[in-house]
Amino acid sequence: MKAIYTRPKSLKPVSNHYCPGCGHSIIHRLVCELVDEMDMRGRIICIPPAGCAVLAYNYFDFDVCESAHGRGCAVATGFKRAQPDRIIFTYQGDGDMAAIGTAETLHAANRGEKITSIFVNNAVYGMTGGQMAPTTMIGQKTTTSPYGRRTEVEGYPLKITELIATLPGAAYVTRTSLATPAKIRETKKAIKKAFEVQMAGTGYSLVEVLSPCPTNWKVSPREAFVYLEETMEKEYPIGVMKDNTTKKDK
Amino acid sequence: MKGTDALGEAAIRAGCTCYFGYPITPQNEVPEYMSRRMEEVGGVFLQGESEIASINMVLGAAASGKRAMTSSSSPGISLKQEGLSFMAALELPAVIVNINRGGPGLGNIAPSQGDYYQATRGGGHGDYRMPVYAPASVQELYDITMKSFDVADLYRTPVMILGDGMMGQIVEPISLNERPEVEIPPKDYILDGAQDRPSRIVKSLILDPAEMEEHNWKLKRKYDLMAHELPQWEEFMTDDAKLTIIAYGTAARIAKGAVKRARSEGLKVGLLRPITLWPFPEEAIRSLAKKTKLFLVFEMSTGQMLDDVRLAIEGRVPCEFYGRPGGVVPIPQEIARIIERYWLQKEL
Repeated sequence: MKAIYTRPKSLKPVSNHYCPGCGHSIIHRLVCELVDEMDMRGRIICIPPAGCAVLAYNYFDFDVCESAHGRGCAVATGFKRAQPDRIIFTYQGDGDMAAIGTAETLHAANRGEKITSIFVNNAVYGMTGGQMAPTTMIGQKTTTSPYGRRTEVEGYPLKITELIATLPGAAYVTRTSLATPAKIRETKKAIKKAFEVQMAGTGYSLVEVLSPCPTNWKVSPREAFVYLEETMEKEYPIGVMKDNTTKKDK
Repeated sequence: MKGTDALGEAAIRAGCTCYFGYPITPQNEVPEYMSRRMEEVGGVFLQGESEIASINMVLGAAASGKRAMTSSSSPGISLKQEGLSFMAALELPAVIVNINRGGPGLGNIAPSQGDYYQATRGGGHGDYRMPVYAPASVQELYDITMKSFDVADLYRTPVMILGDGMMGQIVEPISLNERPEVEIPPKDYILDGAQDRPSRIVKSLILDPAEMEEHNWKLKRKYDLMAHELPQWEEFMTDDAKLTIIAYGTAARIAKGAVKRARSEGLKVGLLRPITLWPFPEEAIRSLAKKTKLFLVFEMSTGQMLDDVRLAIEGRVPCEFYGRPGGVVPIPQEIARIIERYWLQKEL
């Protein structure tokens, strides 16, 4: 019988620690499928975040280097400058990417570092127990915004992906969502393109993935996916924000 | 050659191929030198967006197997502490230069030794140590910079060179000594892609306390080994000295001048100059405690190394202190006067 669906070789055969309905395991799988399909295992290095995905090295069967909270893009810069022929990607959450690591992220993008960031936006700090994130929605209740995020107190959801799209060093910037199987397939395509852009040496590539966190949103997985599509995607519209690989005269 | 240039050149000749830094006075000549020289030798120079970014770039380059370096001055070194703690935990080699300035806070840009505690106690969070070298001449700065890269690789540890604006700015004739031949163990921990080998992980997160404890003890055994193998110091006229000054770096240069003055007046005074601040040359100081009558610690701070000296001599001999913090650099005559005062007071 022909196998039509198998575990990617670069995804370790272990069960993961993620909560039911969490998006990380989906994104991990997409990354590992691409590592296999694009034959990258022997030249790829991942920099996971401090956050739920810090344990990514338990699942990725390729080289992984931990970084301090928010410093992913600086560590990745060190790797890429030292080994320009390797494929370097950071895997970061919203707090890592857009709060504590804003400077590292923006400047790596602005330098046009030939690295890729996979930015998982679930609008909360997951690992620490559901505190407010820079990307928390207006009105969203978290453990540190128990009355709902109020713009006059906590400011607005930070759209770092839109910010990065304005930088000349960024070559490919897009936002995708895990809300439906079709959108998950789009996410895989986006990550693939981001790696291709890195290999072409065009500049920084970033894929923001809107991802559900049922545990900290305090809803069922099913409700989380509905919220993702009906609410989060309104605040964070999906689609390509920048692609300097497409010729304008086409 | 100027101190900062000697430092940069020694790093290049030691095989340092990656430098990351951020401007801060008084060490800007180091990144300036490296920006010029790295281009010539085909290495990497990158000015980071902060000291935090720079040390993390060093981390990435070190985990890539390259000899990497960063330099900064006191406030910037505070920002690097997070990265230093991580590098100590991850056992990644690198050389970190601190051109110590007056503090705390923004302080000033004059030579100071106020960062001794921070440098010798690890500095960042967690249970770790890091070798710290305090050169006192441009030649020594050159030689120690070269050596630091070997020490970093041999023990898989960040190594700090602690100087000050004086060490950076003085110009002295030096000999550009060849890189010593040191056998460096193969770097089997580096991440360069899992090609024809199992994947590797560089991490410091150890959630299980028993496992973390084991890691702490493993690091401790390494620190014990360094404490045994690395202490380095210079003794000047200590054989018959009744009063022994202990000073390092710039302060030791000043103290040496004072010792010469005192000797010309017939006072039996000597100097012990720690070259490694951690590991501290406590054995050397302990054996001097058997013959000297008084120790005088001189620092350009309110007294930090003083604690280590007192721990080393275990109360066997009295130990006095003279300090000039805040960026004040005294002249040898001032120290000579202090020596004379104690000589008379203690009836040596």
